[in-house]
Amino acid sequence: MAKVPVQFTLNGSEKAEFVESSTTLLHALRDKIGDTSPKGGCHQGTCGACSVIIDGELRLSCLTLAETCGGADIRTTAGLAESGVLHPLQRAFLDAFATQCGFCTPGMIMAAKVLLDRTPNPSREDVVEALSGNICRCTGYEPIIQAVLAAARANSQNAA
Amino acid sequence: MAIRRGRGVAAINYPTGMNLGGDPTQALVHSTPTGNFMVTLSSVDLGQGMKQIMAQICAETIGVPTDRVVIDTADTDTGPHCMGTFASRGTHRAGNAVIQAAKEARQVMLEVAAEELEVNASDLETDGEGNIQVKGAPQKSISIFDVALSAHFKRGRSISGRGMFLIPRSYPEKETGAMKPSTCYAHACTVAEVEVDDETGEVTVLTVKNVFEIGRALNPKMVEQQLVGGSWMGISHALYETTEPYYPSRDHGGTDFNQYLMPGPGDLAETEIIVLERPSADGPFGAKGPGEMCANPQIPAVANAVFDAVGVRIDTLPITPERILRALKAQAAG
Ligand code: FES
Ligand code: FES
Repeated sequence: MAKVPVQFTLNGSEKAEFVESSTTLLHALRDKIGDTSPKGGCHQGTCGACSVIIDGELRLSCLTLAETCGGADIRTTAGLAESGVLHPLQRAFLDAFATQCGFCTPGMIMAAKVLLDRTPNPSREDVVEALSGNICRCTGYEPIIQAVLAAARANSQNAA
Repeated sequence: MAIRRGRGVAAINYPTGMNLGGDPTQALVHSTPTGNFMVTLSSVDLGQGMKQIMAQICAETIGVPTDRVVIDTADTDTGPHCMGTFASRGTHRAGNAVIQAAKEARQVMLEVAAEELEVNASDLETDGEGNIQVKGAPQKSISIFDVALSAHFKRGRSISGRGMFLIPRSYPEKETGAMKPSTCYAHACTVAEVEVDDETGEVTVLTVKNVFEIGRALNPKMVEQQLVGGSWMGISHALYETTEPYYPSRDHGGTDFNQYLMPGPGDLAETEIIVLERPSADGPFGAKGPGEMCANPQIPAVANAVFDAVGVRIDTLPITPERILRALKAQAAG
């Protein structure tokens, strides 16, 4: 199959790849570029493990064709920490013991980030709603909800 | 037609490990030239925290801080043999093996330190912070870093140890059939409160209150996280999840998350967890296996709560609206 060139920004740095027209963004990120933070849980849009942020919107990378991402600004969990300092959401997930096997974690963090970017002081219902496209086998969700609420509190304290 | 409330109770014993042809796990411990300790295992960490717990057990036994221990579970082909992390056996079996290996390594470490300090090894103790000192005279001490360097480059000693923990096979007694299928038992009790809509058959779990008796909690926060997740998983098995809704027929079995009912963060019952610690006699530092058992008592508790609410016994899982409505119909028909 003919390959097409695609260029986008991943966590602030320029990436260029040749992809087949059927290549998903998930496949391009993990197997070509080497960012394995988005996980492939179902490859059909039902688990949320592959969630990434494209131009500020939460997207499922398993349902996004890489060739449609030309010029996009793509963010993944791998790019959250800055010079070795964890992002408040990552910190909060650790502190709340909100991860066990960790397979759902990057997707959860992406979903939570989009929520907090828009709604810095979310209610519990807002958090549940924002995470409702992500499933987790291990934690029973409660620690994840608590982590997102804690990250929001930490953010507002820093801002104050 | 009404929403009916019910409350159900269930209690369980849960075995740690199993006993088929014998149940062994092996561990190897060795020091690096700079006095860190490697634990080599084939026991896999699948998110339950195996690596953290084994590091704590090794560190406690050798007498060093936990961050001086590295756990390597890289390869089941080349690592020391383990039956696997299942049957809630990981902490108990691998932990006991790590203790044995770490004790042997500690002994060599103390012998090398004794030569360096020109004292008797039996007069030495660790301070838990990376040093070895003479009992009662802590000013006479040597760092484990220096001991390891000496062992490697001066004395040609390997600070290492071998551990093997085996639960031997148990055969049933001919007369009674009695046997010992496992070692220590964890226990749990759950009270579940539900609402059942007797028109739609829908069950809502309002509260789940659990007490778990798990031996010594080697890492209380990780125990809690496992129990919280497990309690939710128990509810999920009671009401939603199955690959064979018409077992033994495979018809209508979910093949993906569109059809397999996996609750999300919106379906949580108010959950309470209480941990009771009654150290086991044969576990590492008194631990038992809390893993699987924490997802069990919720299932009969929910079934009993449904019975309490609408008077029908559902004895097939999951307890779906369809099963409840069929049972209510049968009950009405007398
Ligand atoms: S892998 Fe994309 S939603 Fe599951
Ligand atoms: S931590 Fe294992 S799936 Fe969420």
